[in-house]
Amino acid sequence: MSAHTEATTGPMEYRTQEGRMNILGFWIFLGAEIALFATIFATYAVMIGRTADAPPPQELFSLPITLLMTFLLLTSSFTCGIAINEMRRGSKNGLLLWMGMTLVLGLGFLGLEIYEFEHLVHEGASISSAAYWSAFFTLTGTHGLHVTVGLGWGILLLIQLYQRGITPRTASKFFIFGLYWHFLDVVWIFVYTVVYLLGMVG
Amino acid sequence: MEAFLDFFFGEFLVTGQPLIYGAMVSIALGSITVIAVLTYFKAWGWLWREYITSVDHKKIGIMYIIAAIVMFVRGGIDAMMMRIQTSLPGMTFLDSQHYNEIFTTHGTIMIIFMAMPFLIGLMNFAVPLQIGARDVAFPFFNNLSFWSFAFGLALFNISFIIGGSPDAGWTNYAPMAGAELNPGPAINYYLLGLQLSGIGTLGTGINFIVTILKMRAPGITMMRLPIFTWSTLITALIIVFAFPILTVALALMTLDRIFGAKLFTLAGEGMPMMWANLFWLWGHPEVYIVILPAFGIFSEVISTFARKQLFGYKAMVYAMVIIALLSFLVWVHHFFTMGAGGGVNSFFSITTMLIAVPTGVKIFNWLGTMYRGRITFETPMLWALAFIPNFVIGGVTGVMLAMAAADYQYHNTYFLVAHFHYVLIAGTVFGCFSGLIFWYPKMFGHKLNEKLGKIFFWLFMIGFNVCFLPMYFLGFAGMPRRTYTIEPEWMPLSLTATAGAFMMAAGFAVFVYSIYYSFRYAERETQGDSWGVGRTLDWATATPIPFYNFATLPEFDSKDAYVGMKDKGETTYDKSKVEEIHMPSNSGLPFFMMLALFIASFGLVWEWFWMAIPGLIMFFIVMGIRSFDYNEGFHVSTKEIHEIEQAARGEDSK
Ligand code: HEM
Ligand SMILES: [Cu+2]
Repeated sequence: MSAHTEATTGPMEYRTQEGRMNILGFWIFLGAEIALFATIFATYAVMIGRTADAPPPQELFSLPITLLMTFLLLTSSFTCGIAINEMRRGSKNGLLLWMGMTLVLGLGFLGLEIYEFEHLVHEGASISSAAYWSAFFTLTGTHGLHVTVGLGWGILLLIQLYQRGITPRTASKFFIFGLYWHFLDVVWIFVYTVVYLLGMVG
Repeated sequence: MEAFLDFFFGEFLVTGQPLIYGAMVSIALGSITVIAVLTYFKAWGWLWREYITSVDHKKIGIMYIIAAIVMFVRGGIDAMMMRIQTSLPGMTFLDSQHYNEIFTTHGTIMIIFMAMPFLIGLMNFAVPLQIGARDVAFPFFNNLSFWSFAFGLALFNISFIIGGSPDAGWTNYAPMAGAELNPGPAINYYLLGLQLSGIGTLGTGINFIVTILKMRAPGITMMRLPIFTWSTLITALIIVFAFPILTVALALMTLDRIFGAKLFTLAGEGMPMMWANLFWLWGHPEVYIVILPAFGIFSEVISTFARKQLFGYKAMVYAMVIIALLSFLVWVHHFFTMGAGGGVNSFFSITTMLIAVPTGVKIFNWLGTMYRGRITFETPMLWALAFIPNFVIGGVTGVMLAMAAADYQYHNTYFLVAHFHYVLIAGTVFGCFSGLIFWYPKMFGHKLNEKLGKIFFWLFMIGFNVCFLPMYFLGFAGMPRRTYTIEPEWMPLSLTATAGAFMMAAGFAVFVYSIYYSFRYAERETQGDSWGVGRTLDWATATPIPFYNFATLPEFDSKDAYVGMKDKGETTYDKSKVEEIHMPSNSGLPFFMMLALFIASFGLVWEWFWMAIPGLIMFFIVMGIRSFDYNEGFHVSTKEIHEIEQAARGEDSK
């Protein structure tokens, strides 16, 4: 809050009291996000098998697409890590490049997810066909919505980086974005195992 | 055009109810008066600059409290109407549908829009002061939280004139609240009103955790925190883990109702019980969210007016931690009779009874604090003293309800209604009154009149018992809750309860009058330690509190920081140590952000996507604007600090 709490060494995003508080606040927010996803996962688990007249997931899930989605998102988490590393090195261009790559990979993931949803709806499994499918679309949709928000957010940050360069404020924003992006990756790993892998074996 | 008029008067506006026409007229007159007064005194700009856009935790706290008191009146009117309807057999004051709507809005408003914001208001006001901070960690988000709550409140409250009130109980159980059995906008108001205000609650939770962990003044270690601050920290933790559950539950039912999902429906293999589980997974922690801060207030008030350090400080902290953990493990006790097996019921029966243990520890700590204290009976203390026996009645009957086998006898009866009002009123509401009267002089620069305060206390406290004690016996006599008409044999006790409700209303009227009376006639505060016996840093500030709270602070080395300061003759204004202070700037963005979400939510309530989607887009645009906002706040010069402090302390500025 006041000037004497500012440090001149250490990672840029931790240098001001404000930066440190933002990061802690965001960690706590992620705690709330964990509670949120845990609740949706629990609902999904309860609804497994409740497909009524709609086709069951074993018949519809396709391994290649979801595997590709997983691959894209995991890679984007990796490039996001490199981006933060570039930021720590003080390389604005490195940060721009790797963060841009992260967003492109994220966009690829989102595109495939939309394609996958369309395929499912076409096969007669939509949010309104049965309890199971409602839970499925809620869970994957919530994750996808988070990715979409992340993409918009990332673009805004890139513009700010372009305008201002790496400062304690922008560094703190990028670092927090990184936390968010990795978090979505972790959630996806659960989605992939619990929904798709378990769903395919039926 | 005709179709539009049909819709407007047939569905949009609620028509055909004389009570509602009355409400419409009074709302219209009320709004016109407020607008006229503001315009007459040219106060719009002042309101915008000083309050609506304010990031000052003290002002935000006061706004929360004012809104909560207004909601207490609204919820109270609902309560009086219910008590009138159930006072005599065969009453036709309310029909059954109207009665359903009223117990639903009463319960929801009292919990979500009265109890919680009242306490959040007191936290906002007192916690930064108690830890020696200049504001909360995220002042911008604090304002955002307030507007999210305020617009959620507005959305929920307009339902009764526009579209019709929700009527499925504050628990909103599926499938009754589903689209098949309950079409139309009413339940959507419940879902989206709570969703909107829930964002703010979560924000407040995060804000206070970071504030308390990161912004304590030097020397105020965790184990030296005032106990109200501790209770706030633990409440905030419960909020962070419980509110997302509500968010999900509400979103799922919204998907069911508006987008045809089949989660809680009877069709498509949905599971209505899942709603009950999710609701109470949030709902039980919620009742601790509204009781723990009240415990904190009572602890402060009791130790202040007993002039003793709190007895068993550590035990108090651990008790709250244990209560917080257990609060997530008891939810099934709300539906023992809804089909869980004996093993499950036994488990939840035991966890529920376990909560009585840490709660009992706290009761003994309060008694221990008073033991050999030099107690005086100012009004905040009266509320705290009344809390103990009354809350114990509520707690003991709670343990009775926790016995699953016995619960089959009195679940869903007035026994339950009596129980939860004994804990919610004797706990939460007494706590709010106690805290408000306690901190009132710091908020407004004068105390509330003690004599009127005592009349208020006695009328309300006795009225409360006259109203709710008979309900235990009505429950034993088989009177079900949520019944709009009574059997003749219940009349004597039910009529007594109504009389008690009128006593409480009379007491509250005295309170409202005392606000006016004290504003006119009370002596103005000239020094910071209003009651003369303050123990914590909130009393170390000057009155009126400078917007930056503390000019300087000494290094602390013990609990009850202000007691130590008084011993050493220290103040929050050490001329030699004054430095420039950095403060955050006000912002109008949160208001517009939440206005956008309000528009989007209103659109969703009516399933008008042409309105919901632009609202959402507007929300994201304002978010984007915020993202590019690099406002760094402003600095208060040392000269200005000297002037403010000397004026507040009645010294000549030289
Ligand atoms: C001020 C005096 C109050 C009176 C006279 C009063 C009276 C009542 C009555 C008559 C009912 C409905 C009984 C039924 O038909 O089932 C009720 C329900 C309820 N009250 Fe109060 N109440 C008061 C204050 C409060 C407060 C302060 C709170 C919470 C902080 C509260 C929370 C509730 C809840 C949650 C319900 C259940 C609503 C439902 O069934 O969905 N009440 N109250
Ligand atoms: Cu409970």
